[in-house]
Amino acid sequence: MYALSVKDISVTYDKQLALENVSFAVPEGSITGIIGPNGAGKSTLIKSILQLLPTLSGSVEIFNKPIRTQKKIIGYVPQRSEVDWDFPTNALDVVLMGRYNHIGLFKRANKKEVAWAKACLEKVGMQDYATRQISQLSGGQQQRVFLARAMAQDAKVYFMDEPFAGVDASTEKAIIQLMKEWKAEGKTVLVVHHDLQTVNDYFDHVLLLNKSPIAYGETQSVFTLDNLEQAYGGKIAFLQKAPSTVKEYT
Amino acid sequence: MEAVTSFFSSANLQWVLIGSLLLGFASGVIGSFVLLKKQSLISDAMAHAALPGVCIVYILFQVKSVPFLLAGAAVTSLIATQSIQTIVNRSRIKTDAAIGIIISVFFGLGIVLLTYIQQNSSGNQAGLDSFIFGQAASLVRSDVQLIAIGAFVLIILTALFFKEFKISIFDPQFARGIGLPVTFFNGVLLFLVVAVVVIGIQMVGVVLIAALLITPPISARYWTDRLGLMTILAGIFGAISGVSGAVLSTALHNLPTGPVIVLSASLIFFISLLFGSRKGLLFKGVRHA
Repeated sequence: MYALSVKDISVTYDKQLALENVSFAVPEGSITGIIGPNGAGKSTLIKSILQLLPTLSGSVEIFNKPIRTQKKIIGYVPQRSEVDWDFPTNALDVVLMGRYNHIGLFKRANKKEVAWAKACLEKVGMQDYATRQISQLSGGQQQRVFLARAMAQDAKVYFMDEPFAGVDASTEKAIIQLMKEWKAEGKTVLVVHHDLQTVNDYFDHVLLLNKSPIAYGETQSVFTLDNLEQAYGGKIAFLQKAPSTVKEYT
Repeated sequence: MEAVTSFFSSANLQWVLIGSLLLGFASGVIGSFVLLKKQSLISDAMAHAALPGVCIVYILFQVKSVPFLLAGAAVTSLIATQSIQTIVNRSRIKTDAAIGIIISVFFGLGIVLLTYIQQNSSGNQAGLDSFIFGQAASLVRSDVQLIAIGAFVLIILTALFFKEFKISIFDPQFARGIGLPVTFFNGVLLFLVVAVVVIGIQMVGVVLIAALLITPPISARYWTDRLGLMTILAGIFGAISGVSGAVLSTALHNLPTGPVIVLSASLIFFISLLFGSRKGLLFKGVRHA
């Protein structure tokens, strides 16, 4: 059974095609990396799958049902830079937001929900920061709060937008750990990712994207120099000679 | 002394006090969300745009029935908001410039219409000009009852939508991603802002009511990092400003209410700026010393 199937998504942005005929299907219980150069439409793809952007065409199904009927089993970790961290709220409150569509309209979070949120904070090692104003957290800690919020959703399919951007090494490890736990529980994870060097270690499936899909499948068969050259154009020549520069260049 | 006693025992004044208290509280609470949504200036445009609505209704129907006038105010307010959106979406003009254009066009139109009314109206048209700066003393009991009941309803509505406003302002992408109707919540908030502007303009006036929406929440932010406490504090600050403005302007004859309300709100702001326990200058100084 496919956890996610995307059919023919096209998106225009400022009258230019940002995504063209993207189709792929992700098997349940896999970790997929969405890889591609800057401007390839990686974040745009996730956002249009989640219906945060208007799409020109295409359809998205989660476990064979239209995605709009499946929002309760979808978890989402947006880019950290997209929210105002000076907002007057604390870490526990943010995690509780992951429970909002379970709590229901006009109701307040009850003790059970709060205990649940606290348990999620503890799982990412943030239990001591529950009442900390979010602007006083480091970048890595903020990302952990977002992870805890996604965990609190108790979803079946997770979408993460550049979760490793600007985080410290221990947070990166915590994210990997969590992704593996989710996989072990049979959950499906899609991750927009930047760093080519870690692709082999982190993902069992890869979608190589440059406005339209270059290749999709198991990492070993897709993450090849040939495919990368297609996705990145000539720039990939750096990969063999000086792997460390690729990270900055792409 | 006798004047003061009779002043406070007047039944009308008791209503003015309740009205200004609830209006100030509602403004502070709703304004907290407006401020966090970074729409302070848009609320100012909505307020200024209320004036032509009042005048147009008066010219068309020749009645000074307050609910009618306020309905006109709501309509032009919404048109102004929509115009700002349209300008930003359809042209290369940025939001700040679009707001600047809309404020001046609508307020200019309002002043022209008001002058026309004052020069041409045959009957008693007294009072329309009090929509500019507000005049608590000229309010009749039914006006104040409308303000009090309206404000009370708005406070209840805001409390109901507290959790929904919070998530759709803090992280609208996430909220949409998990299936919450963010557009609907934005619409509800817009409705609340228009409503509080409309019921408040008779007391505070179109020019300054945005200050009653924005100054109390800014002050409250200096005292707390929790949204719940911030909205309540903003409500209290708004209520204090509203009551002191209404009392002072009624007691000292011919002082317009809006400016006095805004001055007391600003005083609270300066106190908060200096002594606020979260972000106040003095507190920061102590921490850094």
